[in-house]
Amino acid sequence: MIEVLSWVSLCTGVGFTLLGCIGLVRFPDLYNRMQAATKCVTLGTCGIMLGIFLKTGFCALGVKALVCALFVLITVPVAAHALARGSLIFGVKLWKGTVKDEFTDDRGGESIIDDK
Amino acid sequence: MTRRLAYFVMGFVVWMLLVYTLHYQEVIAGAGVALLTAAFFGQYLPVKPSRLLNPVRWFWLLVYIPVFSYMCLKCNIDVALRVLSPGLQIRPGIVKIRTSLKTEIARVFLANSITLTPGTMTVELKDDVLYIHWIEVGSSDMATASKAIIGPFEYFLARIFD
Repeated sequence: MIEVLSWVSLCTGVGFTLLGCIGLVRFPDLYNRMQAATKCVTLGTCGIMLGIFLKTGFCALGVKALVCALFVLITVPVAAHALARGSLIFGVKLWKGTVKDEFTDDRGGESIIDDK
Repeated sequence: MTRRLAYFVMGFVVWMLLVYTLHYQEVIAGAGVALLTAAFFGQYLPVKPSRLLNPVRWFWLLVYIPVFSYMCLKCNIDVALRVLSPGLQIRPGIVKIRTSLKTEIARVFLANSITLTPGTMTVELKDDVLYIHWIEVGSSDMATASKAIIGPFEYFLARIFD
């Protein structure tokens, strides 16, 4: 039973990581790509770690995998936030289909929505 | 001082989980490293140590984990469908929302939770205002947008950290 669960968890993890990578190629601008790249991959990594934990149980390897999953969960959003904020302030263009950008409006800068 | 003590205990627990053995050499090394980090960084602990011992907060944290996992999985499937759909079904934009959370640590956790649920990503956190990159802008109105994005999290985070 636990063997099956661990395989389900591992395969879900790998599947979401793959979807994240496809999103990285398909989405049009940096911010949308970051959405796919950081989140689907985070869930994927956590799924893989959980699968390892279920496979090995409470031993040095399994518990390490769980702690790693926790670290990934805490650090990835901070890194994504820092990258996105830096790119916005630096002026990396938003995709032309972007509906609104209240961040640049409130800072009083020129619109950075791509007009091509 | 209590801050440093709390930091030492947390660091030591993480060390013991990482090595996962009770061999005396590992325990001594862990205690030494935890002592050093606590001495240098203990003052930066962002929570009041008294709050760490409140069981009601821990209970809400335990409730929050399955709620967050469910939200995360639901939104992940949503984004996965967007990735796979042929016509690129996105309507991105950056919206501004306001949170009612008071403490800094609660706001940081709110921003992290928003970033981890796909479709939304915090790009700036300034006092009680958050700027969110939203992959499918549902509503331009601030109140409706706030409710849609942070509604499920705020209730729990207020009970855990505030």
